[in-house]
Amino acid sequence: MDFLRPVTWEDALAAKAARPGALPLQGGTDVMVEINFDAVRPEALLDLTRVRELAEWDEADGRLRVGAGVPYARLIAELGDRLPGLAQAARTVGSPQIRNRGTVGGNLGAASPAGDGHPPLLAAGAVIEVESEARGVRMIPADGFFRGVKRNALEPDELIRAFWIVPAPGPQYFAKIGTRNAMVIAVCSFAVALHPDERRVGTGVGSAAPTPRRAPAAEEFAAAELDWDGRGPLSPAAARRFGELVAGAAAPIDDVRGTAAYRGHALAVLARRALTWAWNDHRAEGKEAV
Amino acid sequence: MRVTVTVNGSEETVDDVWEGESLLYMLRERMGLPGSKNACEQGECGSCTVYLDGVPACACLIAAGQVEGREVRTVEGLAGGERLDPVQEAFVEAGAVQCGFCTPGLIVQSHDLIGRNPAPTDAEIREALAGNLCRCTGYEKILDAVRLAARRKAAAR
Ligand SMILES: Cc1cc2nc3c(=O)[nH]c(=O)nc-3n(C[C@H](O)[C@H](O)[C@H](O)COP(=O)(O)OP(=O)(O)OC[C@H]3O[C@@H](n4cnc5c(N)ncnc54)[C@H](O)[C@@H]3O)c2cc1C
Ligand code: FES
Ligand code: FES
Repeated sequence: MDFLRPVTWEDALAAKAARPGALPLQGGTDVMVEINFDAVRPEALLDLTRVRELAEWDEADGRLRVGAGVPYARLIAELGDRLPGLAQAARTVGSPQIRNRGTVGGNLGAASPAGDGHPPLLAAGAVIEVESEARGVRMIPADGFFRGVKRNALEPDELIRAFWIVPAPGPQYFAKIGTRNAMVIAVCSFAVALHPDERRVGTGVGSAAPTPRRAPAAEEFAAAELDWDGRGPLSPAAARRFGELVAGAAAPIDDVRGTAAYRGHALAVLARRALTWAWNDHRAEGKEAV
Repeated sequence: MRVTVTVNGSEETVDDVWEGESLLYMLRERMGLPGSKNACEQGECGSCTVYLDGVPACACLIAAGQVEGREVRTVEGLAGGERLDPVQEAFVEAGAVQCGFCTPGLIVQSHDLIGRNPAPTDAEIREALAGNLCRCTGYEKILDAVRLAARRKAAAR
């Protein structure tokens, strides 16, 4: 095995082009588990923790560009106010030690259906910036990024540079089912993001299908149902219907963490609650503004 | 490969490190620092917690090659000579140690908490220690130890 240590983004792309079999290594919270347990033996590790650009974020033209190597702990501390949905999800990842090292870039690289970063990225309409030496940058919308169980849209010579995301234009929530409050892989999870400026509702469903995915029918229903002008209350029946449509978008399986039937039920409950919380926040903000 | 790293304040060079090796293995098996414990090797138990550039992390999930040129502080590096760190003293006095296997990780993680937050609430202590498992104590004495260490530290100011 080789250990490659680029210090610039250009060098990292060159290394990946020359050695497509090299396994990128960021926080190591997925990769090192697999190596420790002999589940993978890559020909080389491509350590990205020295590439300064990946650990930075900035804001341009009203959008945030967050480097793939920004750990969850920094995301929460530095961007929690602007990305509340993603920050809520980040707070549920593993433990403090895991959040100090683990990154959204690594979450996207692993592309687990249960990855907690994915639903909020889907709900917010984030775009993933990937790059190769040969073909340059590709901008991949989050809902086109996940291609199968633990498979993503990356080509063998590509690396994830960053994700682009709009600072929350409205309330956002993330909710996750698990057996305890830490160290839990989601049984299922759900993220909602309101985009009042566009009269649109974004959703993301986790751990209830081969890939994280949106619930388009639920999004359309909520967009049409919500009283965007008057900020009137959300009826319990509409909230319930939204939950059913979210559950309908999922394709869960039975596994050690839960049955398909439980996942469907739980998703409907999470989605109903999350939309209610978000809409109530939006209504309260409207009252404050008056 | 060769790895040069500052551990507990002194720069060390280690040879013949395997490229897929964890920092935990390197510390324990090559550098004579068995304080950090190996219990799960998958980030679940926290008994291998060390500081990397001042930030606590599971040494079992850090590749040895990633610490090249960086600073690691292990539980062995907390005491000042013969004098235990106040967090270590508090663990002894509060009876927070039984078999002791979880203790080094809990001490490093508690040390970090109190360093950042000198008067943590119980909820904050629980949250900070959520990634450290103990099979013996039932955690109550550990919480006592952290509270005691925080009080001592506040009093020493
Ligand atoms: C104890 C424990 C608890 C956990 N709990 C959770 C949890 O609650 N929720 C959750 O979602 N996850 C959890 N995880 C999984 C893991 O922490 C996350 O997936 C994390 O986001 C991975 O980030 P990383 O930087 O550590 O990735 P790494 O392990 O470094 O990499 C992960 C994958 O991404 C690839 N990769 C990394 N960076 C790039 C890049 N820039 N370009 C291309 N590919 C790249 C790697 O090659 C690898 O395939 C847990 C893991 C552990 C050990
Ligand atoms: S040995 Fe590293 S967390 Fe358990
Ligand atoms: S004292 Fe034995 S595991 Fe904690």
